[in-house]
Amino acid sequence: MAAENLNSTTTKITNFPLNAWYVAAWDYEVTRTPLARRICDRPLALYRTEEGKPVALADACWHRLAPLSMGKVVGKDGIQCPYHGIVYNSAGRCISMPAQETINPSATVPSFPCVSRYRYIWVWLGDPELADPDTIPDMHQMDHPDWAGDGRTIHADCNYQLIVDNLMDLTHEEFVHGSSIGQAELSESDFITTHDDKTVTVTRWMRNIDPPPFWKKNLADRFPDYQGKVDRWQIIHFEAPSTVCIDVGVAKAGTGAPEGDRSQGVNGYVMNTMTPETSRTTHYFWSFQRNYRLESQLITTQLREGVTRVFGEDEVMLRAQQEAIDANPDYEFYNLNIDAGGMWVRRLLEKALQAEGRLGTRPEAGWPGE
Amino acid sequence: MAATNNEVWQTGTIIAVVDMASGIKQFVIRQSKPAKAAAGSHLDLMIDIEGQPTRRSYSVVAQSEDLWDLTISVFQVRNSRGGSIAMHQLTPGDTLNITQPIQNFPFRFGAKRYLLLAGGIGITALMEMANQVKRSGVDYEFHYVARSRQAMAYEADLAELHGSKMNLYIDDEGKTFDVSKFMDLVTPDTEVYMCGPIRLMDEVRRTWAATDLDITNLRYETFGASGWFDPEEFLVRVPEKGTEVLVGRNQTIVEALEGAGLDVMSDCRKGECGLCEARIIRHTGTIDHRDVFYSEQQKTEGEKIACCVSRLISDGSAASIDIILS
Repeated sequence: MAAENLNSTTTKITNFPLNAWYVAAWDYEVTRTPLARRICDRPLALYRTEEGKPVALADACWHRLAPLSMGKVVGKDGIQCPYHGIVYNSAGRCISMPAQETINPSATVPSFPCVSRYRYIWVWLGDPELADPDTIPDMHQMDHPDWAGDGRTIHADCNYQLIVDNLMDLTHEEFVHGSSIGQAELSESDFITTHDDKTVTVTRWMRNIDPPPFWKKNLADRFPDYQGKVDRWQIIHFEAPSTVCIDVGVAKAGTGAPEGDRSQGVNGYVMNTMTPETSRTTHYFWSFQRNYRLESQLITTQLREGVTRVFGEDEVMLRAQQEAIDANPDYEFYNLNIDAGGMWVRRLLEKALQAEGRLGTRPEAGWPGE
Repeated sequence: MAATNNEVWQTGTIIAVVDMASGIKQFVIRQSKPAKAAAGSHLDLMIDIEGQPTRRSYSVVAQSEDLWDLTISVFQVRNSRGGSIAMHQLTPGDTLNITQPIQNFPFRFGAKRYLLLAGGIGITALMEMANQVKRSGVDYEFHYVARSRQAMAYEADLAELHGSKMNLYIDDEGKTFDVSKFMDLVTPDTEVYMCGPIRLMDEVRRTWAATDLDITNLRYETFGASGWFDPEEFLVRVPEKGTEVLVGRNQTIVEALEGAGLDVMSDCRKGECGLCEARIIRHTGTIDHRDVFYSEQQKTEGEKIACCVSRLISDGSAASIDIILS
């Protein structure tokens, strides 16, 4: 059955692999005041220990399921249920039951592996035996000294895969983002798709074109006197299950950028990582990082605000698309040549879901083993 | 991973029965609605004792790769409460109601070191735990205590699998377990998982409590099935209800009172939650506190009793207890 499944339909509501690291929050969001956030349909209480270690516990007290996120942190690494005062440590083990002299040995809440990296807090909700931090997707541009930038979180009203689709095929820029980064050459230029077990890469070069407004401004930040044509690139790097880092930029036309010499250009990385909240909502964490004019906070802010406007246009489209999907349950997706990147992503996700025995199950089916 | 106590009942079919050791039989049970058994999980099943369907808990020793088959092992306790005698009469083809695996003894990844301590049939709760620890590649030791080699299940397999990590203590071979020596092995970042008779677990818990060690690093599971003394018949009276009933060797106070028509509050039925608490008016004989709900001091004071597990033992004259139920 599996082999046919892997090659057949295009799932409209993609389930999420659980044996994976997902970003739960920006690092600054997780503090000594508990934060409630639903990740992969699982409510979590996020907080930090006194030593600063991030903690992710199931957001429901063992006793009567009151949300721990409404409680407060206590002691070195504990969190106290706001209802009857039961205290858990960062391992999710009860350390105090106020109304009795002993602690019920069964009193635990799930504690999930949690790692701070690349300005994000990552959590692993699947089999904890497999939770290897070395498998966190590479987003090193987020906090490497050669790069500067900032971003935001979009609470997107759509399945996470729709955002991955959006980022894997940038021909939509011409139509959705016509006033900033879109241009006809996007659809007209050829692209190359490559993939391995965990990654998919889509590469597109547009040579000797007029830069769209966004890129004209960026190039001028570095080369104020240059008015000519550019070579523009978009190299989309997907890493399973839902991280898309896009190497983007323009260089003065004919200065060798396609051959590897980007010294006459400006280079950014659009960092995107999508964390399913529910089957139909997504925490979309993004940032725009650049490797030029690192000293300019003005440029950091301008880029962040500019991309916020651009992504606001995607947000509207994605919500409308999800609504149309839900309103037309009998219609299927069809695929185009431009979907090659997104389709390889679907293959990788289907394999990951199959390995977990969850291929073909719907996200609503709930948590395995519970 | 996490504790779950969702009860999903299904039919279990016995597909194999093997004698594992003196008094211990291993059963392979095929699930009708297969679910995964994480390390530390158990299943509850209904077994008829003298015509009464009675609930018992057994640790899952192993699971087949396709998830269908669960292995449990049952020790026929001397002076059993009855469950193990009935279990030992099961043969392949027999069916019974079982739950999907329930997890109240979850294993946590991430400790620097693990010590596993099993006493007698308690080994069953730690078999899969030990596999998990071994796979994790972290430093560990496995300590296994029993009365005699004949009474030890899985001892040969474990010795082969865990090699020098395996430490056997066999009373009748003169190698006895010494709690203080064991506690010397416990460092502040060691997690201990134990399962065994209450005598052994109480001693470890008491010794642990007297140290600076983090109390949450001592993990244990009890099904309330063992006590300090062999079970005896005794009399329980609830004066305000005018009830007086004998508690048989195979019964708990809760079961005996329910049998006499009283509506008795209880929940976990393994001495953890404290809901079955009764106040003691007077008693003769010795109270065998089998719960982990009361502190040592509360047990010494002897004002309350956990009716789902604790019992009375005669000390010359017949044992009896008068109680006030909640």
